[in-house]
Amino acid sequence: MIRFLIRRILLGILVLWLITMAVFGLFFVAPNNVARTMAGRQATPQTVELIRERLGLDQPVWKQYLDFIWKALHGNLGYDYYYQLPVTHIMAQALPITLSLALGASVIWLIIGVTNGVLSAVYPRSFIDRGLTAFALFFYSFPSFLLGLVLLYFIYYKLTLSGLRWFPPGGYAPLSQGPGQWALHMILPWLTLALVLAATYTRLTRSSMLDVLGEDYVRTARSKGLSERRVVLRHGLRSALTPVVTQFGIDLGQLIGGVVVTETVFSLPGLGKTVIDAITRQDLPVIVGIVIFASAAVVTANILVDVAYALLDPRVRLH
Amino acid sequence: MSLLEIRDLEVSFNTPDGVVRAVRGLSFDLDRGKTLAIVGESGSGKSVSTQSLTGLSRGAHVTGSATFDGIDLLTADEHQLRGIRGARIGMIFQDPLSSLHPYYRVGWQIVEMIRAHDRSVSKRAARDRAAQLLSMVGIPHAKDRIGDFPHQFSGGMRQRVMIAMAMSVEPDLLIADEPTTALDVTVQAQVLAVMRKLQDEMGTAIILITHDLGVVAEMSDEIVVMYAGQVMERASRRDLFYRHHHPYTEGLLASLPAQGGKGTRLSPIKGTPPSSINPPDRCPFAPRCPYAFDKCWRENPLPRVVFGDPSHQSACWLSTDEATRREERARMVASKLSAEEPA
Repeated sequence: MIRFLIRRILLGILVLWLITMAVFGLFFVAPNNVARTMAGRQATPQTVELIRERLGLDQPVWKQYLDFIWKALHGNLGYDYYYQLPVTHIMAQALPITLSLALGASVIWLIIGVTNGVLSAVYPRSFIDRGLTAFALFFYSFPSFLLGLVLLYFIYYKLTLSGLRWFPPGGYAPLSQGPGQWALHMILPWLTLALVLAATYTRLTRSSMLDVLGEDYVRTARSKGLSERRVVLRHGLRSALTPVVTQFGIDLGQLIGGVVVTETVFSLPGLGKTVIDAITRQDLPVIVGIVIFASAAVVTANILVDVAYALLDPRVRLH
Repeated sequence: MSLLEIRDLEVSFNTPDGVVRAVRGLSFDLDRGKTLAIVGESGSGKSVSTQSLTGLSRGAHVTGSATFDGIDLLTADEHQLRGIRGARIGMIFQDPLSSLHPYYRVGWQIVEMIRAHDRSVSKRAARDRAAQLLSMVGIPHAKDRIGDFPHQFSGGMRQRVMIAMAMSVEPDLLIADEPTTALDVTVQAQVLAVMRKLQDEMGTAIILITHDLGVVAEMSDEIVVMYAGQVMERASRRDLFYRHHHPYTEGLLASLPAQGGKGTRLSPIKGTPPSSINPPDRCPFAPRCPYAFDKCWRENPLPRVVFGDPSHQSACWLSTDEATRREERARMVASKLSAEEPA
């Protein structure tokens, strides 16, 4: 177990290192005119050159890269080009928003997805199954930006017009303003994210559960005279959850790196929106910082999924 | 009154291809402490018939009657059945690896069984009982092994665990569905011995489903031979092996390797079992029967008493009298041979 973890972590660090190189490479391969943009329309070549110098852009790429790595190893991801704010500071401000969004939504999609999946599998081909499948497919084929806009239109715009100012149009209220405000601002983004993902989890749980309910050991559980509830949940769902947990880890890992579409639709200044803004402004330090963080989240999630596998299934041994 | 009385049990399933008549008219009695074997090829309805008794065959349409200690199993509600399943009718299955839950320790699985039927047993007492049962079925160091997972046991050991679990609440009836099929021959005998030992100690009745006539000879008091969902012959062990009436039984015994002696070819029953979807009204074995005559193709025989012994029944149109039957058989074989000869 320990050896497994050490190997996976070393491998993860290697992946992150390669990713920083890739991001750096891509940034400098693409036409790059940050200094010109910042200098403004009427700037003299001298001004532009001065700005390039100050940002370190006049240095050779490999030197910039080594410089970046050296500082990054000391916990300094550099400063953003426009306001000279530390990238770590920018990320620290955006992270709680993305975390609120991803974790809150994950609770909703897990509850909906697993419950619906189990119901579908316990009553296969029934009215319930078909209804839930239709429900799942409906949201599955809904692009999340559209779902976000539709929710905004009906639940914010229409309600507000008819005098019910229940939901804000977007933006973020930190927990320090009270959990009520926080939740109120998050509900629509949560639903946008969760309904689409719940569909995947419904299908996943259903198929996994159908497999398991056909297993001999479920028949054994019934032959023991256990209640149907116990048979389904304790004996069936226990095994059926393994692939769900795997998928959950991977999904959550991805989302924590930033939920671009949903954050943009609801103007939530999380990691996703921050990185998109940084890309349009060619703010390299911010892009690199967030990409590294997002990659680290995915790598960590993958390691955790493997560990979870070993914890869930006694037959799995980590080597 | 017998412990279990099955009368005219019929089990059918609706499938997209038509109605599958998996069991057609199964009747038998089973007394406490006795063993009844149900023998037949795959798909002959052996497992379905017993699983439908305890409500484990989902989507099945079951008719007839099945009285277990005065309770009609077929009309009992789910709650009543649940109290009977496990507690009074234990079951073990063919593949002991897939029959135990891979995620739970074997001790936990046995404790769950004990406490499902008697909440008053403390966890500790149930655990002690589990360890005691495991050592009864011959698992060495049982106390240490109740914390192991099923995959840490060998096939034979797992089946012993299944037996220990099924017997943990001392059921009146144990349904053993091909309990030794997945095991090595050397292990088979041990597992059967364990079942017999517990049967003697607890006075359990056993329904043994198998296609292995060796197991039948070892274990059973009475035998039901099934084919295509129907009972072909029902006889005591002795009669089945030495005075069988039905040509299918004859075929089964003839296909045992030992029958011809060393150096002779195996003699399997020719042909394949019929489909159970919308079966025609004739003897299901007629197409493969060496003695089939015109009546066999017109009417489906019901089991009737043969050789003047009420405990011996056979569903065959051949004469129920031993001497006449012998003549008839000889005639059929002769007429078939002459028909096959070129004119």
